[in-house]
Amino acid sequence: MIYRENGQFKSTYRADLQMLPMLQDRVFMAAFVAFAFLAVPFFASNYLFLSLLIPFLILTLAAIGLNLLVGYCGQISIGHAAFMAVGAYAAYNLVLRVPWLNFLVVLVLAGFIAAAAGMLFGIPSLRIKGLYLAVATLAAQFFTDWLFARVKWFTDYAHSGSVSPAPVELFGWRVDTPVEKYLFLLGVLVVFTLLAKNLTRGHLGRAWMATRDMDVAAEVIGIRPIYAKLTAFGVSAFYCGVAGALWGFVHLGSWEPLAFNLTLSLNLLFMIIIGGMGSILGAYYGAAFIVVLPILLNQVPQWLGVPLSTATASHLEFMIFGALIVLFLILEPHGLARLWAIGKEKLRLWPFPH
Amino acid sequence: MTGTLKRHAPILTLGSLLVVGLFAPLALKLSAPGFWLEVLLGGLMAGVLYSLVALGFVLIFKASGVFNFAQGAMVLFAALAVARLSERMPLWAAILIAVAIMVVLAMLIERLVLRPLVNQEGVALLMATLGVTYFLDGFGQTVWGSDIYSIDLGIAREPVMILGEWIQGGILINRDDVAAAVVAVLLVGALALFFQKTATGRALRAVADDHQAAQSIGIPLNRIWVIVWSVAGVVAIVAGVIWGGKLGVQFSISQVALKALPVVILGGFTSIPGAILGGLIIGVGEKMAEVFLGPPLVKMFDLAGGGIENWFAYMLALLFLLVRPEGLFGERHIDRV
Repeated sequence: MIYRENGQFKSTYRADLQMLPMLQDRVFMAAFVAFAFLAVPFFASNYLFLSLLIPFLILTLAAIGLNLLVGYCGQISIGHAAFMAVGAYAAYNLVLRVPWLNFLVVLVLAGFIAAAAGMLFGIPSLRIKGLYLAVATLAAQFFTDWLFARVKWFTDYAHSGSVSPAPVELFGWRVDTPVEKYLFLLGVLVVFTLLAKNLTRGHLGRAWMATRDMDVAAEVIGIRPIYAKLTAFGVSAFYCGVAGALWGFVHLGSWEPLAFNLTLSLNLLFMIIIGGMGSILGAYYGAAFIVVLPILLNQVPQWLGVPLSTATASHLEFMIFGALIVLFLILEPHGLARLWAIGKEKLRLWPFPH
Repeated sequence: MTGTLKRHAPILTLGSLLVVGLFAPLALKLSAPGFWLEVLLGGLMAGVLYSLVALGFVLIFKASGVFNFAQGAMVLFAALAVARLSERMPLWAAILIAVAIMVVLAMLIERLVLRPLVNQEGVALLMATLGVTYFLDGFGQTVWGSDIYSIDLGIAREPVMILGEWIQGGILINRDDVAAAVVAVLLVGALALFFQKTATGRALRAVADDHQAAQSIGIPLNRIWVIVWSVAGVVAIVAGVIWGGKLGVQFSISQVALKALPVVILGGFTSIPGAILGGLIIGVGEKMAEVFLGPPLVKMFDLAGGGIENWFAYMLALLFLLVRPEGLFGERHIDRV
């Protein structure tokens, strides 16, 4: 009844091309962002911030990055935590060796370094695709695991191999309480989401999607595959690099090389499968799902009064993840984002069936 | 003649580099011949295990075009089953029951995962097998427990000294390694017979060649898939038992089995001899690299320990992908971009 575009006329191309064409969507989005910035800090508890919201925000950023590559450009990667690691260690070394740099600059530089690594490991994608590429990206994963564990320079010759940088400081503002971390991350995420959304709407995103849908046809209509694929790898690794730096500096505080292992890579992949491939919104849903599910699995048996050992809970988590992935691939290959879109479409027509 | 030579130049260069690397420690007198041989044998033994896991990959990929990421999880699951069952019954009975379990598992996977996803593109199927991996890892540890278990193969543990009269100090080899190699050879022989001489084997090869053509002459695809996943399950049992007997059954098996991925890249996705040879090359290559290349690297770059073997296989596979994406014996037809 309320949610429909009757009476909203578009008389310019600009109005027709805007990101959220319906007034209701724009109002809802503005209200939601305002809620996230202004209301959440007042009622959320520290536990909610530290174990849910902060990991959620960072993982969303990483999932958006992976989605640009896998969902939009069709190049599979099962080693994207490698680029998060590159970003994290690049940021650590930048802060350590160039202390006067602003953290925002550090973040962007770390992203660019990760992008360079991403493009390097993306080179095989110019000759191979699909399954073969999956193995090539695994090479990135295992190589960076080794690199940051063994080359002492990267960890500033720390004995244990783990690094612990100072808390983030921006223009004299120390980001160290949960609320401050949350607001900082939320700001970063909003900026990067807008950027990603517009990238995918522009010529770059169209080049990626054409390459994904049919690479030969894309080449015929004048899209250079080298350009499309390497930019996808670069941008995707840039996002993951920034996310990795934030994961290390803001979420973990101090970390060891194992923080960015294969499990994290696979989790990122699961996020975009469950959330929705080729959808920015899907990255949000997927990240929320992956962050919430383990906590629910720990809590629900307690509420029900069924004691569950930690080991059993973690095995159950594995099983549920695995089953859900297969289920989503079979029932809804476009993930939660598609369900959301279907719901919106139904709402637009409601109370009529067609 | 020169044309062929030119076409194969990159792979020949890479191959000769590998051979030079293999014999360099001997030629440069970096190690005693006995020690070098021991490293070589150790590498070959590790290679046999990689080959066994890779064999499972190749079987499934040939018959159904599915890149089975879950092969490592299947090895873990099978090894756990055998280890826990053999606590209550003799080993042979445990293995028989494990075979039955793997067949049921193959049926379930075919019915619940493959059939609904038929005709999907390879990447979707790859991700589905990732899901199967997670499920099997969790399920196996829920059912069988998540401690470290051992499988007693009944083979004496002490190594045997051989070639004592030819080489100073002789060479130590483990009996279970020899048994593993023998079993692997037998298994490959049995598979070759199965594929070449039986009607089912012919049907499997037909399906591998062309799904549609095979179906049109009356070969039931679904049953073939069950069979091939069962065979892969049996291969997983063999790999799991050998591996578990050597190093104990624990979660890391499923991770180490990831090494089989570079092996199939090296050997070619569709080639059984490729899987064997690729496994041996990677096994020897990474041991040699770790033992002879590691220490100089550590000294030169002041690393915190070697561990080159963690990525050597993947980097080798990456090089192979650049110069010869179809692998050593793979079919030449490959979707180039």
